Amino acid sequence: MSAFQYDKDANGIVTITMDMTGPVNTMNEEFSNAMIETVDRLEHEKDLVGVVIASAKKTFFAGGDLRWLLSIEPGSEAAFFEGIEGTKLLLRRLEKLPVPVVATINGAALGGGYELCLACNHRIAWNDGSVQIGLPEVTLGLLPGGGGVVRMVNLLGLEAALPYLLEGKRVTSDEALAAGMIDQLVEDPNELISTGKQWILANKDEDAARVQPWDTKGFKVPGGSANSPQLAQTLMGAPAMVHQKTRGLLPAPEYILDVAVNAARLPFDVALRIEGRHFANLVTTPQAKNMITTLFFAVNKVNGGASRPNDIAPQRVKKLGILGAGMMGQGIAYVSALAGIDVVLKDVSLRAAEKGRAYSERLLDKKIARGRLDEDDKARILRRISPTESTEDLQGCDLIVEAVFEKIDLKYKVTRESESCLAEDGIWGSNTSTLPITRLAEASARPERFIGLHFFSPVDKMPLLEIICGEQTTDETLARAFDYARQIKKTPIVVNDSPGFYTSRTISTQTGEALAMVAEGVHPVRVENAGKAIGMPVGTLTLLDELSLTLLLDIQTTHKSLGLITDEDDPTPQATQTMKEMIAVGRIGRKGGKGFFDWSDSGKRFSAEVIDKYYKEEVQISERDIKDRLLFRPVIESLQCLDDGVLRSVEDGNVGSIMGIGAPVWTGGYLQFVNTYGLDKFVTRCEELARRYGDRFTPPALVVKKAKAGELVV
Amino acid sequence: MSNHAYIYDAVRTPRSKGKKDGALHEVKPIELGATLLRELERRHQLDTAYVDDVVMGCASPVDEQGSDIAKAVAMHAGWDESVAGVQLDRFCASGLEAVNIAAQKVASGWEQLVVAGGVESMSRVPMGSNGGAMFSDPEFVLNHRSVPQGIGADLIATLDGLTREDTDAFALASQRRAAHARDNGYFDQSVIPVTDLNGVVILERDDYIRPDTTMEGLSELKPSFAKIGAFGLDDMALSKYPEVAEINHLHTPGNSSGIVDGAGAVLIGSEQAGKDLGLTPRGRVVAGTVLARDPVIMLTAPGPAAKKCLEVASLSKRDIDLWEINEAFASVALRYMRDLDISHEETNVNGGAIAMGHPLGATGAILVSTVLDELERRDLKRGMLSLCVGGGMGISTVIERV
Repeated sequence: MSAFQYDKDANGIVTITMDMTGPVNTMNEEFSNAMIETVDRLEHEKDLVGVVIASAKKTFFAGGDLRWLLSIEPGSEAAFFEGIEGTKLLLRRLEKLPVPVVATINGAALGGGYELCLACNHRIAWNDGSVQIGLPEVTLGLLPGGGGVVRMVNLLGLEAALPYLLEGKRVTSDEALAAGMIDQLVEDPNELISTGKQWILANKDEDAARVQPWDTKGFKVPGGSANSPQLAQTLMGAPAMVHQKTRGLLPAPEYILDVAVNAARLPFDVALRIEGRHFANLVTTPQAKNMITTLFFAVNKVNGGASRPNDIAPQRVKKLGILGAGMMGQGIAYVSALAGIDVVLKDVSLRAAEKGRAYSERLLDKKIARGRLDEDDKARILRRISPTESTEDLQGCDLIVEAVFEKIDLKYKVTRESESCLAEDGIWGSNTSTLPITRLAEASARPERFIGLHFFSPVDKMPLLEIICGEQTTDETLARAFDYARQIKKTPIVVNDSPGFYTSRTISTQTGEALAMVAEGVHPVRVENAGKAIGMPVGTLTLLDELSLTLLLDIQTTHKSLGLITDEDDPTPQATQTMKEMIAVGRIGRKGGKGFFDWSDSGKRFSAEVIDKYYKEEVQISERDIKDRLLFRPVIESLQCLDDGVLRSVEDGNVGSIMGIGAPVWTGGYLQFVNTYGLDKFVTRCEELARRYGDRFTPPALVVKKAKAGELVV
Repeated sequence: MSNHAYIYDAVRTPRSKGKKDGALHEVKPIELGATLLRELERRHQLDTAYVDDVVMGCASPVDEQGSDIAKAVAMHAGWDESVAGVQLDRFCASGLEAVNIAAQKVASGWEQLVVAGGVESMSRVPMGSNGGAMFSDPEFVLNHRSVPQGIGADLIATLDGLTREDTDAFALASQRRAAHARDNGYFDQSVIPVTDLNGVVILERDDYIRPDTTMEGLSELKPSFAKIGAFGLDDMALSKYPEVAEINHLHTPGNSSGIVDGAGAVLIGSEQAGKDLGLTPRGRVVAGTVLARDPVIMLTAPGPAAKKCLEVASLSKRDIDLWEINEAFASVALRYMRDLDISHEETNVNGGAIAMGHPLGATGAILVSTVLDELERRDLKRGMLSLCVGGGMGISTVIERV
């Protein structure tokens, strides 16, 4: 049976129903073969009146075959280019059929799926929230290489097309209609094909229904050609806007912009060829390999439960207790209520607890203002959050998340007070970012049901949840914590107990290295800018000020007082010393109004005092070394975490580092980074840095071993 | 003259039809130029920081060719930031003007190493994109009887009593010679393939040549300028030529230069530059001249320019082994040979712009590589290069092997 069904009706309309092997339709060899056969047949079809393209799957079409794309190595660009030119030619032949071709979009049409729709004369979609439309290739380091860039520019104009191409924005059917990306909506998915046929019969004699705008004589790109004065400002501004996001580290958005501008300047088929050349180039870049590996495969694997014990039945939390209605507690309450969970939000006073609920109200109001929610929804969601000051109200919770201050005695106290309120099979989660779970579980009567749930702030925006297993935590408890994470739509990584777990432990090596460089006399401006230059969301000194030096020093002090680390374990004592000096003069960070920067309502300025005190003109250090010191420390720490068993999987490390601690996306995460950097090269560079800056750069045994064996970190 | 201006190398891109269906239409003008600079750097392991300036001709320096394309080309090629760049425009002579200026810079001792060249993507920035008084300011046009070059070419043919057979025969020879030269590899050392960002070749060799051209085929082509001439341009031109009854329009697309995309680059430097960088000179620029004659007929100055150039160089006609006149139109080349009393046997021996095309601002630089290659192949000494130029100007340059 062919992957495409071919049915011609009495009116001469052929319906192509895509039903490829596997759960979704996708662009691969099977597609090419089916498409060749179909287009050949359509071109020879007698008395053809129109064509409807439909899907037999739940989604319309899923896009490119990423496994195949991942396998394209540098050096094979020429052959790859030929291949995609062939696929695009099929789409070109489809849109050049002398009859109307209609796409009937019954579900997600993303990437290659939407590119197929763009090669149709008319696009009809089911008006339903499940129908997502867009070209998300850029988020995987690629560009829409099936004619997507060129057709979008020719359809919408350069300026209107750019956000969809550069940000990979996905939209629902009604938004797509408003944007001009589709032409018509239907309310009932069963009416898609009949509506398509009606449209064909009604319009079959119109040239505009049979000929694409860009194949019409006298066609002009909407919004003007790239040479026209009205686009002059866009051409000046767009590169700067792209650079602000990529910092020169991500080729995909840069290529997309260049191809899009070419598309607004050159004939359609010439622009298609340029698009293909750039796609062939991108596909082989380390950035694309890293992003596909982590942002697609690893994220899917992690969300799909690779780290969840698989012999335990899935469960849902119905009643959730939260201790502490501070910044974290109120955020956890919000995301949980949003997911339909009844939440008891407890603080020491009812007032404090109510304040915590008011936070949810503010966020919901924002959604209403943006038209994403109505008042009824808001009331329904808010009703799920019950503020209280009474422990009694926690009775029967499936899960209690403790989010009180990071004081071990306080945590012990609330555990003892409230644990008995849990339902018989309920579990206890501590939202600590620093205290060891095994130690916290000592206060518990049931340490096997005790687990760490490390949320990130702000909880409603940060996608990650770091789940920490203590020594006695059971698989059952882990599975339930994992299910809760998925219930509230977080991406859960699972790690073993260790001071700072995985994320805090790793990011502290980067902040420590920044502090060490300041202590050595490197100009703070250079340290800050090097962080941005490697692709961190903010400069490392800004990050230190945001986190606050007191918090960082407190964590260290706590770890020492608990006997988890000693002074000898401190990889950068000069950094610790600098923190102490800064704190001593009141420079604690943003919350105190000054740290490495002087903070005010109008923004931040580098502190002249800090520069005077630490900057030494005679300190000579290359830009490359500054950048690599900031990048290699968290990479080395991540490898160490993998070696020590703190990380249970490479995927967890990669996903956790990108979603939790700002690892630059181009790296694919702090472990994947070494795979495309090259393990041998990485080991050599570590040794070089270790000779120059200290043992903390010594390459971990794991990576040395793998480098020798010619293996990757997978 | 204090220093010799040595030619250390000369390269060019292949040329292709300068329209939407041309092979180079997808290539940006900066990329055409940068392709050549990268090749010069690669061939000679050139320390680009040593280069003082990049002088590039471009006759439509707007849009993608605007804002000093020479500096943009140097940057796009990844050359050292210390290298300066200047774009100049002397219409069709821009590329050779760049060579002459570079030679002057080196000869004066002010600079040691200069890239001279030209870039023109006529498909992406069509001829005339830059406007100007010459053909579009009514006051100016009426005062000076300024008419398009095609009218001038046909007027020359009329004055010289040329027939359609004369011009077509010249065109046919150009095609045959160009095809023969290309197919026998005469151009191979200087024509640099244009590739995409993956290194995949977009165009390897000149593809504008039509080796299957015949006299019959040529004779069937319609004159290009009869129609616009009849609109009044002929009368405007003839008001300055009262002895001519009417203009005989015999230039067609077949015996006029082709509209193409292409670029050329010549590395010109002092003896010291050669020593410092370990470069061996292939030749030197002996002398260069420009002058102007009647701007209405426009295209008669190459002969006078060549004579002036011989004087400047203290050479006589018999010192020149090969002559090269840009084939803007067949009549221009035929007039040049008549003015100088030279034969087609020693002129444009590998064909010219009628067969291979004339990327306006680049052609002059391209001719340097064409002539130098042929002098080497035949083991001859000296060549004269000339072009006709808008505004009635003519340009000539003598180069010789060393």
